[in-house]
Amino acid sequence: MSPGRLRDPGLQHPPTLDPPLLSVRGVRKAFGDHVVLDGLSLDVRSHQVVVLIGASGSGKSTLLRCIDLLEDVDDGVIELEGQDITDPRLDANAVRARIGMVFQAYNLFPHLRVIDNVTLAPRLVHGTPPEQARADALAVLERVGLAAKAQAFPDELSGGQQQRVAIARALVAKPAVMLLDEVTSALDPELVGEVLSLLTELKSTGLTMVVATHEMGFAREVADEVCFLHEGRVHERGTPAQVLENPREERTREFLRRITG
Amino acid sequence: MSWTPSERQQERDAYRRSRARRSTAVAVVSTVALVAVAVLALTSSPGWPRVRASFFDWEVAQESFPAILEGLWLNIRVMAVSAVLIVVVAMALALARTLRGPVFFPVRALATGYVDVFRGLPLILVLLLVGFGLPGLRLQGIPTSAVALGTLALVLTYSAYVAEVFRAGIESVHPSQVAAARSLGLTRAQAMRHVVLPQAVRRVVPPLLNDLVALSKDSGLISILGAIDAVRAAQIETARYANFTPYVVAGVLFVALTIPLTRFTDVLARRSGWVGAQSSLAGGGALR
Ligand SMILES: Nc1ncnc2c1ncn2[C@@H]1O[C@H](COP(=O)(O)OP(=O)(O)O)[C@@H](O)[C@H]1O
Ligand SMILES: [Mg+2]
Repeated sequence: MSPGRLRDPGLQHPPTLDPPLLSVRGVRKAFGDHVVLDGLSLDVRSHQVVVLIGASGSGKSTLLRCIDLLEDVDDGVIELEGQDITDPRLDANAVRARIGMVFQAYNLFPHLRVIDNVTLAPRLVHGTPPEQARADALAVLERVGLAAKAQAFPDELSGGQQQRVAIARALVAKPAVMLLDEVTSALDPELVGEVLSLLTELKSTGLTMVVATHEMGFAREVADEVCFLHEGRVHERGTPAQVLENPREERTREFLRRITG
Repeated sequence: MSWTPSERQQERDAYRRSRARRSTAVAVVSTVALVAVAVLALTSSPGWPRVRASFFDWEVAQESFPAILEGLWLNIRVMAVSAVLIVVVAMALALARTLRGPVFFPVRALATGYVDVFRGLPLILVLLLVGFGLPGLRLQGIPTSAVALGTLALVLTYSAYVAEVFRAGIESVHPSQVAAARSLGLTRAQAMRHVVLPQAVRRVVPPLLNDLVALSKDSGLISILGAIDAVRAAQIETARYANFTPYVVAGVLFVALTIPLTRFTDVLARRSGWVGAQSSLAGGGALR
């Protein structure tokens, strides 16, 4: 574990002295001639929770997929812990192994038991001995409250439980940063709470997270910074109070009006 | 946890049981009636006595049975050996087609070309070309027995079909599964081996068994190269008795061989939610 990830709530660095853990600068991504990210920039510091909001199709998933190197950027730079991860000479698998990603549709492996979903990457990617991988997996399943379901198959679990397994699966390798893409959008309303309270608890342990979400209540409570994506860029950013309560930009106000109804 | 069905439920259950009994009775009666009509139509046709004498001679059937059964044993062995080789070659072909990168271009192109060619060629042509062409080359190490050449031809043709089945299975696994595996740091090959293939193979078991049924029949074609399988044995016996009954015997044996396979496929297919044959007597499972 790097020292940057230890919990240190008492120490508040002035932002200028603390180099960002994750730095996205001028990233461009187009599909055909549809430009989705148009020179987007974003910094995430250690232990910060950055929430991405924006209309459907505004590029939140695309941005997270670019950071996890699931998409190649067309231009710009993404740095993780000071290293340019968009450099094609870098081993992308090793980079992905340092980033935890959780998807809207959980994407658990249906042919593997919960425990094997969680131990797969440690065994194959991190070379953890099987016994150790098992112990680590049980510990992290305990954290998400699902140790009792270790032997179940994904389709035997509720949506909320599946998403918590997916979070455990991403968490077990102790990633430097977690990317969460609308992780509650596929859930029944009464299951949203259990996943959001897990994320709140993860924040309290100092985990760095980038969260795309439509849950404004969650953003208000947990975000250190809220970024509103519009036209391929961060159109407005600030604390939840600034962006969600007193947006400066007309587009932000319009978006918030629309989703709060 | 003691639950006694309510009176209403008992009454419903009794009604369903009586309906089920009635359905079974109807199925039995209609089946018997249909068979009776068919048999009657056949036996009352003017040519029936002659057909019966030359195709359904019980004596000839008994006499020719051992030779044909021995031939069938060859079919079974050819089928077993080819099935294993086919699965291996087909999987290699399917995987070759998923390789990315310029280094693998020739491998990809070869695999694609192979599948295109052997899916288009009639099996009987492949058998003739391999069976009579390969030995003509007089190469060292090339088998010359009809059985080996016939097996080779079966493997060449069926691998192309089964490779496409595997490829379809691989493509049916949603890309989000690969994205999840890659996001954990798995390499492309690891994602294929541990995430995609296990799901793909499970999905293609029913169509694979289907191909196995077809293979068991087509194994009879190696007789054209002179291998003494069930078909060739029947041919010999037919000539000996100047009677066609041995062909009927061989046909019955092939059907007896494939029926268990077909039923097994149905069971697997139904279990994996694949729409299979309705084999229940009363056509069960339908909504009221
Ligand atoms: N693989 C792709 N191919 C083509 N277009 C894509 C692809 N992925 C995303 N897009 C397009 O990019 C835009 C942004 O999508 P996305 O990042 O999913 O937005 P969000 O997550 O904010 O809803 C959408 O218009 C979408 O149709
Ligand atoms: Mg999205």
